[in-house]
Amino acid sequence: MHELSVVESMVSIVLKHAETNHASRVEKINLVLGEASSVVEEPVRFYFELLSKETIAEGADLNFRKTPFQASCNKCGKEFHIEGIDFSCPSCGSSETTIVSGSEFQVESIEIS
Amino acid sequence: MKNPGGEKRKVEVLEGVFDANEMIARENQELLQKNKACMVNIMASPGAGKTNLIMRTLESIGQRFSCAVVEGDIAGKVDAEKIAGDGFPAIQINTGGSCHLEAKQVKSALERLEMDKLDLIFVENVGNLVCPAEFSLGEDLKVMILSVAEGDDKPLKYPLMFRESDVLIINKMDLLGFTDFELEKVKPLVRGMNPSIRMFEISCREGTGVEEWAKYLEDVITKKGESGGA
Repeated sequence: MHELSVVESMVSIVLKHAETNHASRVEKINLVLGEASSVVEEPVRFYFELLSKETIAEGADLNFRKTPFQASCNKCGKEFHIEGIDFSCPSCGSSETTIVSGSEFQVESIEIS
Repeated sequence: MKNPGGEKRKVEVLEGVFDANEMIARENQELLQKNKACMVNIMASPGAGKTNLIMRTLESIGQRFSCAVVEGDIAGKVDAEKIAGDGFPAIQINTGGSCHLEAKQVKSALERLEMDKLDLIFVENVGNLVCPAEFSLGEDLKVMILSVAEGDDKPLKYPLMFRESDVLIINKMDLLGFTDFELEKVKPLVRGMNPSIRMFEISCREGTGVEEWAKYLEDVITKKGESGGA
């Protein structure tokens, strides 16, 4: 059920921007989905079909761009890919790290006519 | 004006799907700050002991601080009734099938409480180790419970929850000897994922370890009460 409320928010963002830009149709939606996000592509497509019915976004193409799960080290500044559950810096070994990408789900742009 | 000519245009949006939730979470934060009240989000699998932890903690500090509980469940109000039976204000949110609480549901619950009189609000999230980690509520503390009966592989399966939490309560310590749960394996594993996490070993059934956790929470509430507010 997770994706239902998530896709509701996604559709309302898309429609808001489509209306502001006087679109008559939304052709394509470009999304950014982090590798570590719990949002899954297939249910997003399923709920989008359901929730976009009878809106100007009905039938729009969904394009997912996946972003890697990356962190940066608070000690040495190295940016690295998080493998499995190992959040520690591969360079200096510090476990004081900050996640920089990979948990996001964003509407990057829409293509309208 | 519509665009009947139909030429295609690309419009930059750059809006996170969770942004709306984050915005309401910040409003909740402001409301809590204004009233110098502390909100604690309790997250765990179903049956890990969320309601029991809340009740045990209230037994310990419920007389010294003014406390209320917001209960999130898919259906029913058994938990809110239990808490209200102990004399604390309790508000039940039914998510109607949704697997997590969102900031707007918590906001409407906070609006029903006498916020200016409260020091502590427990929010019991829906039993789930996945989705609640992604939805900020505006809380001061994210607390997760792992009960030893669930097994010691949970950090490997639900890393985001362990990474995001401020406190890990290891519950049902009275059952440790009946399980294969390896405490000395789990603690360093979790510490490696989240160096600043606080861990407490507790048995809500027997009451052991509750005092240490309650003392920690008391300090958090006191600090918030002394911080600048309205």
